[in-house]
Amino acid sequence: MSGQEIDLKKRRFLTNATSVVGAVGVGFVAWPFLSSWMPSARAKAAGAPVDVDISKLESGQLVRVLWRKKPVWIFRRDAATLSDLKTLDSELTDPNNQEDQQPAYAKNTHRSIKAEVAVIVGVCTHLGCSPTYRPELGAADLGGDAWKGGFYCPCHGSKFDLAGRVYAGAPAPTNLIVPPYHFVSDSLIRIGIDPKAS
Amino acid sequence: MDNNKSWIDQRFPLTKVWNEHLAEYYTPRNFNFWYFFGSLAMLVLVMQIVTGIFLTMHFKPDAANAFASVEYIMRDVDWGWLIRYLHSTGASAFFIVIYLHMYRGLLYGSYKAPRELIWILGMVLYIALMAEAFMGYVLPWGQMSYWGAQVIISLFGSVPFIGPDLLVWILGDYAVGDPALNRFFSLHVIALPLILVVLVFLHIVALHTVGSNNPDGVEIKKNKDKDGIPKDGIPFHPYYSVKDIVGVVVFLMIFSAVVFFAPAMNGYFLEHANFVEANPLKTPDHIAPLWYLTPFYSVLRAIPPMFGSQFPGVVGMFAALLILLALPWLDRSKVKSIRYRSWPYKVALGIFVVSFIILGWLGMQPVTPVNALLARIFTAAYFGFFILMPWFTSIGKTKEVPARVTEK
Repeated sequence: MSGQEIDLKKRRFLTNATSVVGAVGVGFVAWPFLSSWMPSARAKAAGAPVDVDISKLESGQLVRVLWRKKPVWIFRRDAATLSDLKTLDSELTDPNNQEDQQPAYAKNTHRSIKAEVAVIVGVCTHLGCSPTYRPELGAADLGGDAWKGGFYCPCHGSKFDLAGRVYAGAPAPTNLIVPPYHFVSDSLIRIGIDPKAS
Repeated sequence: MDNNKSWIDQRFPLTKVWNEHLAEYYTPRNFNFWYFFGSLAMLVLVMQIVTGIFLTMHFKPDAANAFASVEYIMRDVDWGWLIRYLHSTGASAFFIVIYLHMYRGLLYGSYKAPRELIWILGMVLYIALMAEAFMGYVLPWGQMSYWGAQVIISLFGSVPFIGPDLLVWILGDYAVGDPALNRFFSLHVIALPLILVVLVFLHIVALHTVGSNNPDGVEIKKNKDKDGIPKDGIPFHPYYSVKDIVGVVVFLMIFSAVVFFAPAMNGYFLEHANFVEANPLKTPDHIAPLWYLTPFYSVLRAIPPMFGSQFPGVVGMFAALLILLALPWLDRSKVKSIRYRSWPYKVALGIFVVSFIILGWLGMQPVTPVNALLARIFTAAYFGFFILMPWFTSIGKTKEVPARVTEK
């Protein structure tokens, strides 16, 4: 070996090649650890549909159920509420449901299959709080006479009407989500499955 | 004894390290009140680690059992209440101490050359500490734990394109639940404390390489005697180790008073809603993060959604945090200490501190049109401090900096 020149170019090449192969190895080893953070098989299996009996749901009454670990509201609206909805369009960000926040069969003024029964995911589209149900007309803290009932998010002050449509100027960018659901019978709603698939 | 010492010194640099970092680490002789908080931060870190180890022995990181296990610690474990209150009060104390420590840096220009890396390591520490505190607050699984986690993690869901997938990856589920609690526990008790300890080590190594700044912002290394010892320097040990013990005693008096008489601090250290178990169906009527995160939370709320996305607010919040990293390069002033700065800097620093406190207060209040407007004004003031800094630090007349430290 003595007397031989040190080939720095070769040495550098070997250093770089070793580093690159090492980095690829680190990438492969990191993968199982990073994927271990994805929902486990058990978490994925927990997203089953939920049935709700609405035969005893009074007008103005709201029930909450958990579907895929999220609160879903089911509430009954009377005729006065439904006609009020049409008067609010000018105050809303997306009155005509242009954003894809509902299945096609709920893309109407009342955002539901049956006009009087609303089914809405109770998760604010801003940062995920569950808005409070404020059905009382003309609530002083929510704008007085202009308030036709709806939902108020306590976290950042977003307001929604009784069809889950967001008021303009609120931090929430889009309307509340309408989940896939269908009527199994007149009094039984199945949340999680579209009408056609049943 | 000496025999033992030399036996060790031949195998481990014990005497060398002792001298370099304590007995012969020369520190400016003019340290004042503001120089207590670095050592106090270390004290609180040690306290959090020790109390945390003991809490971990009784806590159950399981969504079904977590809340009950905290109640169990409070009621059934001997002295469990004390260990938990030390830990929960320690979290707030940590931030009080750190905010005062950072303010000291702003007062005396401790972030300026050659101490930029100390400042950057400190800021990374601060961000890691926020993550540590946030995840710790999720563990008791009360209403605030749950909904706080929901809001903060949803921030990541607003990232364009990858947001929703990122959210699921962080949660390990389609909503906040057991997997999130379990992994936050792991990060809170293992990953982040390790990172914090390593960062504190690096912060101190960097500090001891360049030496401490002081209230006059004078480099004491420029004036050395014939032995190479700074004329204005005194050994850290025993001079400042003894001084720091006085700070520790006063700190522990105040700290104990809070632990024993007002551990919840009327909802500021432990929020009232967190005494109710997490309920995914019902958000509490008023939610706010703990006080030390609220200034940034205010910035988040102040920025309205744009292009149908709340991402700009999230960017604003992180920018408010990350802009602090650029401070050493935004400050163009030739002098370090506030004592010799020009008046525009003093005014700007005053506005900045007031803005930060008001943003913090607003972050705890419900959203009203007036509050939203105030949050926007003070968010602008907050960013204005940094954006205008190259300008206001280069105007106005600065006082002459003395060659040696003063006895003020």
